[in-house]
Amino acid sequence: MQQKSASLWQLFSAFFRIGAFTFGGGLAMLPLIEREVVDVQGWVEKDEILDIVALSQSVPGAIAVNCSIFIGLRLRGLPGAIAALLGAITPSIVIILIIAHFFAQFQSNPFLLRAFSGVKAAVIGLVAAAAFRAGRNTVVNRYGLVAAACAFALSVSGLVPIVWIIILGGLGGIIYFGRGQGGEAR
Amino acid sequence: MIFWKLFFSFFKIGMFTIGGGYAMLALIQQEIIGHGWMTPEEFVDVVGIAEITPGPIAINSATFVGFRTAGIVGALLSSLAVVLPSLICVSIVTRVWERYKQARLVQNMFAGLRPVVAGLVAAAAVLIALATFRYVEGYLSQLWTALIAGATFYVVAFRKWDPIKVLVGAAVLGLLIFR
Repeated sequence: MQQKSASLWQLFSAFFRIGAFTFGGGLAMLPLIEREVVDVQGWVEKDEILDIVALSQSVPGAIAVNCSIFIGLRLRGLPGAIAALLGAITPSIVIILIIAHFFAQFQSNPFLLRAFSGVKAAVIGLVAAAAFRAGRNTVVNRYGLVAAACAFALSVSGLVPIVWIIILGGLGGIIYFGRGQGGEAR
Repeated sequence: MIFWKLFFSFFKIGMFTIGGGYAMLALIQQEIIGHGWMTPEEFVDVVGIAEITPGPIAINSATFVGFRTAGIVGALLSSLAVVLPSLICVSIVTRVWERYKQARLVQNMFAGLRPVVAGLVAAAAVLIALATFRYVEGYLSQLWTALIAGATFYVVAFRKWDPIKVLVGAAVLGLLIFR
């Protein structure tokens, strides 16, 4: 497939736009990424976007970040990946630096503080909703139930480093699902 | 050396963030509270800020924590450290993507990880709730906090409302009811 060429600057600015307007993270930003790289820039075929998303979810890191690296690599190699990555993260970094710089002033402003108390209350519900969605799609068999319950309990108790919980989950999947497949294959 | 510690911590967070977004909250919390870089209350502030600003939560928190602990250099270093594992992993995986995608070992590993991530996100919700309620004074304010949290859960999980609009609504509500 013939692909349009892209300059490093085009990569940077396209992902800068994506980074500046993606709230909420995760899969929420997919339509925006798709519009920019498929419809506006024509860098990627429409059906390739599914592969890009699958890959972005199968390696560590934020989805938007992984997408930017993947598309940058495809179009311009490592320099392209770095240009796209820097574009994607620059808006977040700049905005957070400004907020962090003025954070003490924010904290002494009673109106902002009250509004922010509302936001923090809503954040509890947002994270709970994310857990609910993730659980509904994954806690579908005995392994899922046990793994999710163990991860929850170990994480809340704070007894085990989270990194170990993640490694154990990966190993658990390899053992549990690997055994079942081995049996079927024979 | 604070720069090295920040770099290592956020590299680790980037490396073990599977499934994006909320999955890493528990890990970020363990890292930054464990190092004494922030109190649980400040962590909740960071999550709130990350929610109302654009960009992935991992980068938002890396920048914020880095800035608070070691200024601009700390902020840039932490932000780069959290995305470096992505750069390395995507570069490797794209080369072998067709084989990687179909490898049973990889598929099984992710099948095993998905419910774990769900459990970790649920744990993050509980930890954030505990940290938030600890600093809400007065029964009335606690009741309002619980109501806003519950209503948000309902409309986002079951009614598919746009989280950003919900956050704006919660901010307006907070302005009116909290004192």
